[in-house]
Amino acid sequence: MTPLTLLWLNWSDMTITSGKIQCAAKIDKLNEVIEFVEDSADRFGLETKKKFGLLVAVEEAFVNICSYAYPAGEGQVEVCCGGEGDSFVLEIADSGDPFDVLSLPDPDTTLDIMDREIGGLGVYFIRRLTDEVSYRRENGQNILRMALKRTVETIL
Amino acid sequence: MEIHTQKKTNATVVTITGRLDAVTAPEYEKALNGLIGGGEISFVIDFDGLDYISSAGLRGLLVTAKQLKGKGGQVRFANVKGTVKEVFDISGFGSIFQMDDTVDASLAKLV
Repeated sequence: MTPLTLLWLNWSDMTITSGKIQCAAKIDKLNEVIEFVEDSADRFGLETKKKFGLLVAVEEAFVNICSYAYPAGEGQVEVCCGGEGDSFVLEIADSGDPFDVLSLPDPDTTLDIMDREIGGLGVYFIRRLTDEVSYRRENGQNILRMALKRTVETIL
Repeated sequence: MEIHTQKKTNATVVTITGRLDAVTAPEYEKALNGLIGGGEISFVIDFDGLDYISSAGLRGLLVTAKQLKGKGGQVRFANVKGTVKEVFDISGFGSIFQMDDTVDASLAKLV
């Protein structure tokens, strides 16, 4: 197994110690990425329910990169996590051709089972399971940024 | 993820534990394909020990359900709860599968 690059850094715009992981864009690295993100979310104190949503959203973004970012060959994925005020912030980046996953439409979740497209749910989960999500192209990378408030907000 | 199967009078009960994600969903599909290829067309999937599911996991469930429907088979899901249930609900999958609170309830509802 190839050891993952794991280093600690302080992002200027993040208020607590942040972590970063870099690995090959391959599905069999999913568990290592998920473990890293779960560990970071636990240290931040992200509520269990929010963390579960985060992990699903990260899997969707990671799998998407593995499947589509590098059609010509192999490439890397970088995941950075950190706290920003009361929010847990995660950025996942690839160096593939410019592509905004958020430009994809949501699937029709009301269709009968036989009419459902296989797949197409990934970006929908990313939108639904995060409090904020945005895309930017920077230094030759596609960067998807997700933010989740530490706890589920209640009205009172 | 671990998969265990148990043959009952009117169905095969498939127990899945751990994570149903992009890595493990192909294992689930392979296991179900093997059973369907062997002539099984009635299933109860027991989610009691499942901690996590993603869209790849849902896709695996949908693929096998479509195969079964094409063969006149049937599948019911038992013990879908907690965070796994939430993923079913936001995806709309919660309403397209037959769900029961227990394996026995699923078995009782299969023809």
